[in-house]
Amino acid sequence: MKKPGNGNTIEYLFWVASSLVTVFYAVLPVIWIVSLSLKRPADLNDRRFFPVEVSFDNYRAVFADIQFPSALWNSAGIGLIATLLAVVLATFAAYAIVRLRFPGKNTLLAGALAIAMFPGVAIIGPLFELWRLLGLFDTWAGLILPYMTFTLPLAIWTLSAFFREIPWDLDKAARVDGATPFQAFRYVLAPLAAPGMFTSAILVFIFAWNDFLFAASLTSTNAARTVPAAIAFFTGISQYEQPTGSIAAASVVVTVPIVIMVLLFQRHIVAGLTAGAVKG
Amino acid sequence: MNRLQRAEHRLGWLLCAPAAAAMLLVTAYPILYALWLSLFRYDLRFPEHRKFVGFSNYTEVLTSEVWWQAMTNTLVITAISVAFELILGLALALLMHKAAWGRRTVRTAVLIPYAIITVVAALAWKFAFDPITGFVNALLDLEISWFTQRGPALFVIIFTEIWKTAPFMALLLLAGLTLIPDDLIKAARVDGANAWQRFSKVTLPLMMPTIGVALLFRTLDALRIFDSVYVQTRGAQDTETVSIVAYNTLIVRLNLGLGAAVAVLIFCTMMAIALLFLKSFGPAFARSPGGRP
Repeated sequence: MKKPGNGNTIEYLFWVASSLVTVFYAVLPVIWIVSLSLKRPADLNDRRFFPVEVSFDNYRAVFADIQFPSALWNSAGIGLIATLLAVVLATFAAYAIVRLRFPGKNTLLAGALAIAMFPGVAIIGPLFELWRLLGLFDTWAGLILPYMTFTLPLAIWTLSAFFREIPWDLDKAARVDGATPFQAFRYVLAPLAAPGMFTSAILVFIFAWNDFLFAASLTSTNAARTVPAAIAFFTGISQYEQPTGSIAAASVVVTVPIVIMVLLFQRHIVAGLTAGAVKG
Repeated sequence: MNRLQRAEHRLGWLLCAPAAAAMLLVTAYPILYALWLSLFRYDLRFPEHRKFVGFSNYTEVLTSEVWWQAMTNTLVITAISVAFELILGLALALLMHKAAWGRRTVRTAVLIPYAIITVVAALAWKFAFDPITGFVNALLDLEISWFTQRGPALFVIIFTEIWKTAPFMALLLLAGLTLIPDDLIKAARVDGANAWQRFSKVTLPLMMPTIGVALLFRTLDALRIFDSVYVQTRGAQDTETVSIVAYNTLIVRLNLGLGAAVAVLIFCTMMAIALLFLKSFGPAFARSPGGRP
């Protein structure tokens, strides 16, 4: 915003330098894992930052194995379904919290906050036992349920913060102007509510995509093992091969979509993270 | 009027019911079940030996060296990383607030550590510090075997944690920073306050509620630390955290009774720390217009 003004060149340079350092800080490990993944298997231990010669062998190896592609499929499917469910349930709850008066509203908000800080590790034992009894162990549903639950608080808080800002009376105005209830919803309210829902969807998806604890505890095979667990447990195609290169390649493959998402939806993510935490 | 009100109550409950039911089903019920399990000797490898043993699981955990070592590690990791994150986060927030150049680029870049999978971040840093694969030793001209000694291993774990979550802290603090009226800062400048005075006497006190929320969030989050420790050391060299102990007892050794006791103790510790926070920062939360309702 501020242009370099009268004699403030030093201050300006200071901000430029700080910005560059920050960007470097954020992308350093990403560039490192990318260059590691592009090294030839023989060069993995050369202790250099950049590859001497670029090779795609590691990527070929990762996709030749069945573990990683199925983990990608599981992660995407489980993440998307959990996101959809969490956002739908949270939208109902947030609408009620913002628009309706009913006893127990504050209890629900406080309870949701408590769950947001709940240690997941405290319930993996009981869930492990229950899921085996119910046949949910090592299934998509077995992960979708905890992901949905643990992201509901975040989604409810974010959506409530967004919904508070919506001028709900526009709905009535549209009706007065002759719109049908459906039209009023479709053309007036839905577009106003969409950004909030979209933002919470991104945050919920990032949570599900990121989780390792539940994935490591409640899955055991390619049937439902997600990417973080697959990468953490990856042992290499044969025992003679060092898995570092493959792990690096797999890491890059799952990091690229996240980086693209961040670049595209930067505003939404920041708004969502801060809406839930500060505006309340 | 009364009927309308009752209808509104009913609709409210109806809309909240699915979310509330899901949250109760997947958190409240299992934690109560964990409480129940913790009173039994119950090992899934020998299920027929299941037996009520009262509080003896708790005595076993609380008298074991592993638990106290893990608790110490967890508290050390939490305290150091949250402290550094606060300082780094404040600096980043100020930068994002005031940067004269590349503000959007910085805001976007800062989201990368937040969004990247923790396991991937932990592996990237693990490979970077690894004496055989990594560039860190070569770059700094060191010969440290980072993962075979407790101190260096804890250093890498804490370093990873700070790298990953300082940006999140910064975004929370940035939100608080933007709530401060510009006029106040300008007035302080007119009154002759220098940059440091403006920051410490105006900005910082006004940000206390936000700082409190951010600290509470991050402390409770750091106490759960699991992914990066698991990936980088699996708890070797005495770097186990309480979450690792619980995971190993429950999922690796399948000792549900003992593991449930560990889980309940973790839960209680976190409750106690949360209450402590609310007690000390509670008044600040209530005072602030931007605090929680």
